[in-house]
Amino acid sequence: MSFDFLSILAQWPLLLRGAAWTIGLTALATLFGATLAVAGAWARSQGPRPLGWLVGAYVELIRNTPFIVQLFFIFFGLPELGIRLSPGVASVCAMTINLGAYATEILRAGIEATPRGQIEAAQSLALSRTQIFLHVVLPPALKTVWPALVSQIVIVMLGSAVCSQISTEELSYATNLIQSRNFRAFEAYIVGTLGYLGLAILLRHLLNWAGPRFLFGR
Amino acid sequence: MVDFTLWDILRNLLLAARWTLLLSLIAFVGGGVVGLALLVLRLAGRPGTGRIVGAYVQLFQGTPLLMQLFLLYFGLALAGLNTSAWLAAAVALTLYASAYLTEIWRGCVAAIPRGQWEASASLALSFGQQLRHVILPQALRIAVAPTVGFLVQVVKATALASVIGFVELTKAGGLIANVSYEPLLTYGCVALLYFAICFPISQLARLLERTLR
Repeated sequence: MSFDFLSILAQWPLLLRGAAWTIGLTALATLFGATLAVAGAWARSQGPRPLGWLVGAYVELIRNTPFIVQLFFIFFGLPELGIRLSPGVASVCAMTINLGAYATEILRAGIEATPRGQIEAAQSLALSRTQIFLHVVLPPALKTVWPALVSQIVIVMLGSAVCSQISTEELSYATNLIQSRNFRAFEAYIVGTLGYLGLAILLRHLLNWAGPRFLFGR
Repeated sequence: MVDFTLWDILRNLLLAARWTLLLSLIAFVGGGVVGLALLVLRLAGRPGTGRIVGAYVQLFQGTPLLMQLFLLYFGLALAGLNTSAWLAAAVALTLYASAYLTEIWRGCVAAIPRGQWEASASLALSFGQQLRHVILPQALRIAVAPTVGFLVQVVKATALASVIGFVELTKAGGLIANVSYEPLLTYGCVALLYFAICFPISQLARLLERTLR
């Protein structure tokens, strides 16, 4: 048994392109997913009852089905309804919907931990409901649940490896391509896997650094 | 062309769901056994082994399950074993589950007050006796809810075995979608079947969490 990692690393432009795709998909999904989660958590904790139930059903549906099935449903199923998405767009949609559900539940826990007195204090300062939610409730809630949120974003990034199955050209797609060219499957997957490990560590550090700095102070 | 009724689709999916359940069971039980062994290794207190188990957990939690599956599929072949999708999926999912379970259980053991260890040590119990009679029975109570919750994650993780050609629920859905030209309906049914398996387990975990605390 002899290993040849150099022939894999020689394909670095492919790997780099794949990693860039993975980062791009994750960035977009995080942006949209977090927005969706803020809206969802608001609906679940303070919105009108029926809306809250609807969001609850969405959360349970997504949390109890595999990501790959959600992805296939969007990419292979929706065209039947005339909604035809490119692999990249379908991947971002699936990741957004997936992250949105988990993050809704995470954020809701943080929001419900807000002491009642803080909301009353804000009301007595004549802040509007929107102002109270955005400035009083949300920042400390984000701070409380940030570690869980970061873990979830990393999980979604790792899950994006599945998007290669609908030919999105991200890191695991690049790995597949390389091994199909030079038949060094084991080495290719070792390199690809280590790439993901590196990305996961980087992403975790980045989010742990960025959260307190830009989102909730201190 | 054969016409597929909803019942045809559902019936075939239900047959395939057996393999999803069986694979989940193997991974969960296998992962539990390996995870428990790793937990004991970690608790036994030699810093070297603890660090190795920690790295093992990091490795499995920091890389995509899809890549782990591919690695095992091709790695087992390199090691001279006759790889089937079955074997690769079962081994990969077992290792994956063991990493998560050992980490969950470590948290549960860490939640047991230090004094319990000290008290049992002062009664001259050996490490094995301490674990068996004092620590694990208490940790078990805390561990039940998150462990059941993790079972949901295992069931969902088995969907990835479809990628290396193991015909379970997701793969069967793909095959049926291709011949029936009804991808929306087929994948909808696949999702509902997963939901039918996972939702009761999630609810059970939630119930256990409320009653055992």
